[in-house]
Amino acid sequence: MGTILEMKDLSKHFGDFVAVDRVNLTVEEGEFVSVLGPSGCGKTTLLRIIAGFLEESVGDVTIQGESMKGISPENRPVNIVFQSLALFPMMDVYENVAFGLKRKKLDKAEIKELVLDMLQRVGLQGYEKKKISELSGGQKQRVAIARSLVMKPSILLLDEPLSALDRKLREHMKVELKELQKEIGTTFIYITHDQSEALVMSDRVAVMNKGFLEQLDTPHNLYNHPKTAFVAGFVGENNRFALSGKEGDTITTEAGWQLTKPGLDFEPNVMFIRPEAFILAPDEAMEGIVRFDARIKTILFDGANTKMSVVLEQGDDILISLPQNAKFAGLKEGDTISIGVAYDNIKCYKG
Amino acid sequence: MEGNKKAFYFLLTPVLIWLVLLIIIPHIDLFVSSFKAENDAGTLVWSLENYIEFFRDSIYWRTFLNTAMYAIGVTLLAFVVTFPIAFYLTKVVSKKYASFLTLLLLIPLWIGELVTIYGWVIILGDHGVINESLKWLGIIDTPIKLLYTDLSMTIGLLYMSMLFMIIPVMTTLESLDDSLIEAASDLGASKWTIIRRIVIPHSMPGIINGAIIVFMLVIGDYVAPNILGGKSSLWFTEQIYNQFLSTFNWNEGAAFGFLLLMLSSAVIWLALKLSGQKLDKVGQ
Repeated sequence: MGTILEMKDLSKHFGDFVAVDRVNLTVEEGEFVSVLGPSGCGKTTLLRIIAGFLEESVGDVTIQGESMKGISPENRPVNIVFQSLALFPMMDVYENVAFGLKRKKLDKAEIKELVLDMLQRVGLQGYEKKKISELSGGQKQRVAIARSLVMKPSILLLDEPLSALDRKLREHMKVELKELQKEIGTTFIYITHDQSEALVMSDRVAVMNKGFLEQLDTPHNLYNHPKTAFVAGFVGENNRFALSGKEGDTITTEAGWQLTKPGLDFEPNVMFIRPEAFILAPDEAMEGIVRFDARIKTILFDGANTKMSVVLEQGDDILISLPQNAKFAGLKEGDTISIGVAYDNIKCYKG
Repeated sequence: MEGNKKAFYFLLTPVLIWLVLLIIIPHIDLFVSSFKAENDAGTLVWSLENYIEFFRDSIYWRTFLNTAMYAIGVTLLAFVVTFPIAFYLTKVVSKKYASFLTLLLLIPLWIGELVTIYGWVIILGDHGVINESLKWLGIIDTPIKLLYTDLSMTIGLLYMSMLFMIIPVMTTLESLDDSLIEAASDLGASKWTIIRRIVIPHSMPGIINGAIIVFMLVIGDYVAPNILGGKSSLWFTEQIYNQFLSTFNWNEGAAFGFLLLMLSSAVIWLALKLSGQKLDKVGQ
């Protein structure tokens, strides 16, 4: 295992617009790294720079220790699975997968062996002579991946390849892609705006915002220890509170709710608490938590994902997870309940 | 339902009138008269004489073959010349300028064929723009013969027909997803391979569509060969013209007309077969 991809102070400017802003990113061999961000955050630009379709304005991309400066897309050891898949409609499945190998001038027998082996791996044996238009969405997906993987790239770049699929197939392909990546061991860089895709599949996730790399971390850390206010708000569901001030260990929301958050060495202006971080009816003996009472405004029933919206005396609205068990079965709208939240789960930022 | 039917016939009638009156009846008339010839007594009788005459006199079938070869050649040239332009206008230049540049391309069409062809006379003549410029630069002393040659005729035919190649090719190129080109490049394909394996196969319906129009325009053209062509570059339409208007042998002219129709149909059929295209797809 070594470093396979390194980006150093990578920036891309389009006129005055900064699409990628001083990104530093290192990817290890065999890793599944996702680049996650809202549309327009620069993630596709980043991918196109790695692939060689765009030239960086500042900085450098190195793959396997070699600088990619001035190297054209066809000569880079990376391959892309495009968002539109970009399968060649004028060719059948076999010809699509063999296209890159033919360009390498391998002999026919070898190409055939590699293509059939790859089609077997993605579960498309027997589909060689099918036209692209005869395939289902999921099958097209697999042809696109096979076409790139058969080139044995050092890095496979995937540009939101699941976005065109319906929800159910997408869920299925998520698992399939992760397993495929584990099996073949190729480094995957996966571009997406769907955080569920990023969190489920990746070893590490890079969250981007406005061209800037906010945090590169494991999905677990990203969710539980977001480093910036953007990450806290973007990844997973969260309650956001604007803060008006801090006095000692007491912070005050703009609506006037005062709570204790020890150990802050800066003046925060925004606070996040996840819906599932709240403890309903906390035990008297519990320590290290903020306690408060709130009135239930609405219960939003959604099976295991049920939440309730509560309102504080001071006026703050909070979304809280409501476990579907016997203990809380009697709760109804209008009730007042006591709630607690551990200090650690109160995340404050200066944004 | 009843009203729908009425509307259907109402809309169909002008089409039928057009087809029957202006296309089918004249063609039948021509077809019939092509099989009639005067006998020794000077009366019209059924005869194959008109067609036999075509094969008997070598000037006719030589012109016929010459016209076919040149028309195919001009069609191929039209493709070679316009494809890079079409590619540039659809894939390289920004959308903002593309429509303006396309409009510029269409200007010769507004002027009319006769005027543009005379334009070429001015450019190519012995005292034309090219010869005078070369003389002024001291490259030549006596003018090079450009006008009234096969070259000038080819230029004229190409110029008046190539726009009809560019438009359908541009239409198919516009529908080509750019990521297909990028994907091919990503998989290691050179620019030439991308054009040969991706771009041209994708635009094949447009190319064949354009080729059919160009071929038919060229093979049936009269103005460019007549004005720009030399004595050696006889065009078959001129033979037809001569039969109708010089020798007043309408029956022979009708036979020639039908031979030309069969020739262009055969070439188009062959082109569709060779390129693996279907007429209905090309016509879209």
